[in-house]
Amino acid sequence: MAAAMPLALLVLLLLGPGGWCLAEPPRDSLREELVITPLPSGDVAATFQFRTRWDSELQREGVSHYRLFPKALGQLISKYSLRELHLSFTQGFWRTRYWGPPFLQAPSVWINLGRSSVMSSQGSSAPLSTSSTPPTQSLPLPPSNPWVWPMTLTTTFCAMLCCRGRWSAPKTSPPGRSSCPVVPRASLISFHLLQAGLSVLLKADRLFHTSYHSQAVHIRPVCRNARCTSISWELRQTLSVVFDAFITGQGKKDWSLFRMFSRTLTEPCPLASESRVYVDITTYNQDNETLEVHPPPTTTYQDVILGTRKTYAIYDLLDTAMINNSRNLNIQLKWKRPPENEAPPVPFLHAQRYVSGYGLQKGELSTLLYNTHPYRAFPVLLLDTVPWYLRLYVHTLTITSKGKENKPSYIHYQPAQDRLQPHLLEMLIQLPANSVTKVSIQFERALLKWTEYTPDPNHGFYVSPSVLSALVPSMVAAKPVDWEESPLFNSLFPVSDGSNYFVRLYTEPLLVNLPTPDFSMPYNVICLTCTVVAVCYGSFYNLLTRTFHIEEPRTGGLAKRLANLIRRARGVPPL
Amino acid sequence: MAAAGAAATHLEVARGKRAALFFAAVAIVLGLPLWWKTTETYRASLPYSQISGLNALQLRLMVPVTVVFTRESVPLDDQEKLPFTVVHEREIPLKYKMKIKCRFQKAYRRALDHEEEALSSGSVQEAEAMLDEPQEQAEGSLTVYVISEHSSLLPQDMMSYIGPKRTAVVRGIMHREAFNIIGRRIVQVAQAMSLTEDVLAAALADHLPEDKWSAEKRRPLKSSLGYEITFSLLNPDPKSHDVYWDIEGAVRRYVQPFLNALGAAGNFSVDSQILYYAMLGVNPRFDSASSSYYLDMHSLPHVINPVESRLGSSAASLYPVLNFLLYVPELAHSPLYIQDKDGAPVATNAFHSPRWGGIMVIVTLRRPQSPCFWDRLLFGIAQPQLPPKCLLSGPTSEGLMTWELDRLLWARSVENLATATTTLTSLAQLLGKISNIVIKDDVASEVYKAVAAVQKSAEELASGHLASAFVASQEAVTSSELAFFDPSLLHLLYFPDDQKFAIYIPLFLPMAVPILLSLVKIFLETRKSWRKPEKTD
Repeated sequence: MAAAMPLALLVLLLLGPGGWCLAEPPRDSLREELVITPLPSGDVAATFQFRTRWDSELQREGVSHYRLFPKALGQLISKYSLRELHLSFTQGFWRTRYWGPPFLQAPSVWINLGRSSVMSSQGSSAPLSTSSTPPTQSLPLPPSNPWVWPMTLTTTFCAMLCCRGRWSAPKTSPPGRSSCPVVPRASLISFHLLQAGLSVLLKADRLFHTSYHSQAVHIRPVCRNARCTSISWELRQTLSVVFDAFITGQGKKDWSLFRMFSRTLTEPCPLASESRVYVDITTYNQDNETLEVHPPPTTTYQDVILGTRKTYAIYDLLDTAMINNSRNLNIQLKWKRPPENEAPPVPFLHAQRYVSGYGLQKGELSTLLYNTHPYRAFPVLLLDTVPWYLRLYVHTLTITSKGKENKPSYIHYQPAQDRLQPHLLEMLIQLPANSVTKVSIQFERALLKWTEYTPDPNHGFYVSPSVLSALVPSMVAAKPVDWEESPLFNSLFPVSDGSNYFVRLYTEPLLVNLPTPDFSMPYNVICLTCTVVAVCYGSFYNLLTRTFHIEEPRTGGLAKRLANLIRRARGVPPL
Repeated sequence: MAAAGAAATHLEVARGKRAALFFAAVAIVLGLPLWWKTTETYRASLPYSQISGLNALQLRLMVPVTVVFTRESVPLDDQEKLPFTVVHEREIPLKYKMKIKCRFQKAYRRALDHEEEALSSGSVQEAEAMLDEPQEQAEGSLTVYVISEHSSLLPQDMMSYIGPKRTAVVRGIMHREAFNIIGRRIVQVAQAMSLTEDVLAAALADHLPEDKWSAEKRRPLKSSLGYEITFSLLNPDPKSHDVYWDIEGAVRRYVQPFLNALGAAGNFSVDSQILYYAMLGVNPRFDSASSSYYLDMHSLPHVINPVESRLGSSAASLYPVLNFLLYVPELAHSPLYIQDKDGAPVATNAFHSPRWGGIMVIVTLRRPQSPCFWDRLLFGIAQPQLPPKCLLSGPTSEGLMTWELDRLLWARSVENLATATTTLTSLAQLLGKISNIVIKDDVASEVYKAVAAVQKSAEELASGHLASAFVASQEAVTSSELAFFDPSLLHLLYFPDDQKFAIYIPLFLPMAVPILLSLVKIFLETRKSWRKPEKTD
């Protein structure tokens, strides 16, 4: 470690706020947000979102300079010319039926590499116009080596990913995405977050003590202006947790930041341009007697979120008065009158999936799609990726709703190739009003090679969840959102018009048992065969090499003497 | 009746004996080879003898030097002898199995008219500019101009001059032994410009015994096809100061020209990042006398590890990464100095870690600063050892002289060859030692390729073609490592012997025991029957 070094380079370092003329303003910005939603069941859902927006053509710049955008992810995007990247790790299952529709649900592990479609700042999904931007080059994905992707992501996210087979690309929406059939179990990703602002609440031992826990990274391009002449890159790191407030709070549904996270908010993140906490106080408005939030919110925000009108209390950490009063901010919610245990409103769209059948040869995959809207039918896009070792019989595909056959208006089926690619089944199904639609398909379980089994084959094999995308009619008409101004949880999906909203749901992942061989079988077979061969050989050998003589009959012998005794007793002449 | 019975029994016994012998013969002649063939691991043939030959490889590094004599540089009768060629060969003593010889092939010739004209101009720089134009010199070659003893081209006390390109100027002498004296000077200059012992020792640092060469020699990054350079600005306290750096401009202005000049040595990619809340692993001490904070020299090794985890692995490539870190201390810890062993602050306030990069600490943020940190040694460009009374030309705009690049390429070629040879030798050793390893055809072809590339590179070095030698040496390293790290080598490696026995014994034991027993019996009987007749006699 010599301390002297020859110097040949000057790097200009300029102080920011002091103002020695910034060479150019930073082109990236960070917004952070926490939404706390008391769920009808008494649980509390907390959704963190950290959104980094970078006004840079990530794929076309030779030298890459990163500020808020993480370098590892940026390099991933530019090296492989990705258009989108969605990666999520989830433990637990979002119970849509009881918790209501989530802002953004995620299956247990899901990698999604998008190709086209740029989210315009006006909200509608608009493809890049080729006139203003160079023609988009052909996609280098899926890579020839299916291991490259999981490997790179594994190193970046400290997660165990195992991708089997090739990537598959659905034909329709989500537009041109290729998703990877991943073993739907993985360990944890480590977030590279800043240690200030909302992220102080992220304390591992509390976050993993929850009934639902989902981390996700979404990278996608967004339009920089209305005409979408140039694009920016958006990185959203989200974390959703559901705390069982009812049990930890000894039967009370009250909660506070400290009780959930064992931390309180102390300062805004100095790098964030927006740092806010939203608390859902929808019931508060209807009747002032039900609940109380402390400290009282200075402003509220009302909008139509996922089809229903919601009211949120806003705590802006950048508002200096907010924290200065007490040096920290511990938001508390107390129920003045315990909310009556009314049945929570059932969401218009929810789904269920299961495997039926008995034995280890055949089975049936069934998906139940519920449309609880009293009078409106709406179409749902159902996307299924089924691993190749469940051999689907497509002729058994039946879709029934209200006892009648429901013919899908669009079907795309891509058959599986053994060990290469999974089945891909995509259907556009019209769900009649107030109905249950059952989609079922039969399959046969394939035999794997004995090296292809996982170390715990009797646990079963996971089948990734089906994905449901739908425009669900909303109760209240929503205004189109302003992309940059509205809170982050409201700008996840573009709203095309106010009469319906976009929902993407994932069903449960399934666990299917495959016929599992006895793994000592090869050895047993070898031993048995060898023994049979050895016995045959032995007698053959004996027969050929032994010499046979004629034995002279001998007098005596125990048997003969015994026989003679008996004969004598019977009065028969002895031998 | 009894005789007939005995004869029949005798026949039977003989038949049984024949059958047993036949069984044994079939088992040995047919069964054993069949078993051997079917359970054999596939091992493609490898050029073992050539690989062991590589170990004793003699590297001749030929540096073609063109020596140009101007009119009054040497006595006239000596000039009559021109042109001719002199070879100066010297073995470089290194404690390494590879013998390295340096050959300076000096082609003496008279100066052409335009060269005479250029060298009679007023200053070296002018002369260089005039000489520069006509021809492009090949990589690795040098041109030395010998000027007259009293020429005013160089300052009077200087004997030689090394230019930024592949040229040098040496003062001539009017002496009977002129060629010998000048020849020695030329070799000195040429060595400084191409190959010296310590350059090669630094290149082979990994392959030499530890004690001989200091850690300083291990500073440069190992030879690789490409390098990644990452500039990171560490700001542990964004609340107090929001720091911005014009790294794009700096890279464009200062780094990129250097890397462009260095382009022949590998691919370079540059990126930068700003890391917030990235702390050093050590708490700086407070010095009340100067009311400043300082980092001890011996605590510097602990600084890097916690920072490194934040630097992030590179997702895009596998090239070695060079890190240049600029640390802006927290407001509470500024001003921050690095102290050397004696407790005095280090002038540059920076330190480097061999093969990793460097960290520079900003003292205080009172004014806009232009910190400089760049270490040419990390790239393997060592300071030249100049002969006495030698003038070195000023730095070029790229910060790299052409002959320095050549010197790097010489060193890298030798290093690549040494690496490839070591890899191939250890691969051959490993394959010889463990007979379970499968050698596939593609592994074998990579090995053949690597061997061929090593030989080609050595030939090219011997004939003075540096560029193609370097390319061949890179190929050699790539192929040899591909072969060495091929995953197919591991396929059957962990197939233990007890499993093999468990599978073979149920078949082999019941088959082998009767055969062996009957063979033993036959053997004993034959011996008995041989002895019997002797006894009766």
